[in-house]
Amino acid sequence: MSDTSQAETVLTTQDGVPLKVSIARALRRQKIRALLLVAPLFLFILLSFVAPIADMLFRSVENDLVPSTLPKTVIALQVWDQTSGTIPPEEVFAALAADLRVATKEKTHTRVGSRLNYEKPGISSLFRKTGRRVSKFEDANYTEQFLKADKDWGDVEVWQVIKRFSTPFTAGYFLAAADAERTESGIQFKPDDEQIYLFLFGRTMILSITITASCILLGYPIAFLLSSLPLRSSNMLMILVLLPFWTSLLVRTSAWKVLLQQQGVINDTLVWLGIVGDDSRLALINNQTGTIIAMTHILLPFMILPLFSVMKTISPTYMRAAKSMGASDWYSFWRVYFPQTIPGIGAGSILVFILSIGYYITPELVGGTSGIFISNRIAYHISYSLNWGLAAALGVILLAMVMILYWMYDRIVGIDNVKLG
Amino acid sequence: MSSLPPYASLGQRTWFYTFRFLCGLIFFFLIFPILVIIPLSFNAENFFTFTPEMLSFDPAGYSLKHYMDFFTSPDWQEALRNSVSIAPAATILATGFGTLAAIGLSQSHMPFRSVVMAMLISPMIVPLIISAAGMYFFYSRIGLQGTYIGVVMAHAALGTPFVIITVTATLVGFDQSLVRAAANLGANPVTTFFRVQMPLILPGVISGALFAFITSFDEVVVVLFLGSASQKTLPWQMFTGLREQISPTILAVATILVAISVLLLTTLELLRRRSERLRGLTPG
Repeated sequence: MSDTSQAETVLTTQDGVPLKVSIARALRRQKIRALLLVAPLFLFILLSFVAPIADMLFRSVENDLVPSTLPKTVIALQVWDQTSGTIPPEEVFAALAADLRVATKEKTHTRVGSRLNYEKPGISSLFRKTGRRVSKFEDANYTEQFLKADKDWGDVEVWQVIKRFSTPFTAGYFLAAADAERTESGIQFKPDDEQIYLFLFGRTMILSITITASCILLGYPIAFLLSSLPLRSSNMLMILVLLPFWTSLLVRTSAWKVLLQQQGVINDTLVWLGIVGDDSRLALINNQTGTIIAMTHILLPFMILPLFSVMKTISPTYMRAAKSMGASDWYSFWRVYFPQTIPGIGAGSILVFILSIGYYITPELVGGTSGIFISNRIAYHISYSLNWGLAAALGVILLAMVMILYWMYDRIVGIDNVKLG
Repeated sequence: MSSLPPYASLGQRTWFYTFRFLCGLIFFFLIFPILVIIPLSFNAENFFTFTPEMLSFDPAGYSLKHYMDFFTSPDWQEALRNSVSIAPAATILATGFGTLAAIGLSQSHMPFRSVVMAMLISPMIVPLIISAAGMYFFYSRIGLQGTYIGVVMAHAALGTPFVIITVTATLVGFDQSLVRAAANLGANPVTTFFRVQMPLILPGVISGALFAFITSFDEVVVVLFLGSASQKTLPWQMFTGLREQISPTILAVATILVAISVLLLTTLELLRRRSERLRGLTPG
């Protein structure tokens, strides 16, 4: 066959364009249309949600404050060996004096001081004190004048901290979030009794596992009952599950606050029944018990709904077949029915666990001090201690944990199978 | 398990009724906290528990004073105004963008579908405290922290995943040949969308909008960080009320909110039945 005859067999549309080209063009047009439809939301989410998360990632390692406020000092410090055990040479002090003069004029030296104070207490007052005097310094013998202003400038550790924070990025916040700090002898963990964050991460995990376990315990029978009842009655009972699901989180939290108080409905009832004495009312709130009870109630629908949708698809004939072959009720449930519900348990557990490790409102209101989660600590650092870098680092760790769990959820259930209501 | 066979043994009977009883207790646990606040909100005293007068059904034990307080207190009224001005704006943004994106995402030629989908759904998965922290950092950089627009944008972002999920679910049952038929009969894409596609996917759009609305209306973490005092919403007011000065007015507000959620739940259920009927599935 020659080339010419092959060219003749190419199909064309009516106006002479080869069919392949025409189809490719139509497909491209459809692709562009689909993209254009998604584009507005994509840009909106990019600006309103993805950029904030990226900003948080950036803030957790950002360390621009020292290099931008003390630029000359940072350069001068490059030649100083921090392991020498001696204070830096005169040029560094001269550079610091020049930087501090600019910084005090712009009033930025206190910010550097309070940032470095997280690493070594006392630096904040050192900067503030020296900042007041630096304008009166003479143009010679800087080392002497600095030491006269505050003898802490003779402390090698202060200089080691400044040098360590001269880089534009730092792992310092992440180390702090893991209760570790970098000393000259490498990364060291704090002693066990000072570990706040590892302890809080641990408690968040343990409480979340407890809540997930109680949700399985309470959700499984309900889902089983709902899936075995005829449609009409199961729809009626489903309302009892969906109503709490749809009720405002704060309404449910305030309800538990009312119920669990020392003078609340549950304690009153128990006293009235004579189960506990009036002087020994149970402490159900502002502790871990309160957090577990309230959060189990709040997250229970998230366990029941996936379990129900899995159980709904299990045909009752399997159980009947097992029984007809001589299995007892328990044996046929345990060996035939239960294994088929495991995907539902997995889906529900991961969902409840993901939701509970990031919870803030309920632990804050009913958890007291012993029932709070890592998220409460993040909120504390944002609003009260103003250590945003540490808050961001804690947030990034929590986000990483959630992402791993979410990836598992996607593998087990598939994100497309998320059902609402 | 739905009913006992006549030949059931004594053990089976006992287990059957025990199981029903246990389930009853769990249902009680689910619903009791919500029901108990309703009578307590009519308490004549400033107590959080039942007074002896209430237990003996003495009319003097009940009053509407906490409701009066809600409707006359400037704090609560401002919070209510803010809530009803933020939530609809966020709902409109989320529903508009979300519906368009869902239509784009369910076309068979959409490139990078799974990546884009994962990104658009992410506001639902990321814990609220992390979203709130990130938004607080970023929005204060660009000057949106403490503004009405900032809060609306944040709430819209949190609401869109629900719109996408519900609308894509409706679009699964949508017959694409209807669009082609409309185009064939000379309708332009805009007319096709509003006259053919929209009426059919409307139940999904409305239930997505309801989800977006309730997300914004109930949301407290993000607004606590992003909002300033002039964006105080109802949940914010409830949160600070619960943390600082406990007043039974919160229970009156809670009762009103429960009534609203019952209303929303009913609407959603009706929509679900309608959509199933339209798709030829048997209504439940």
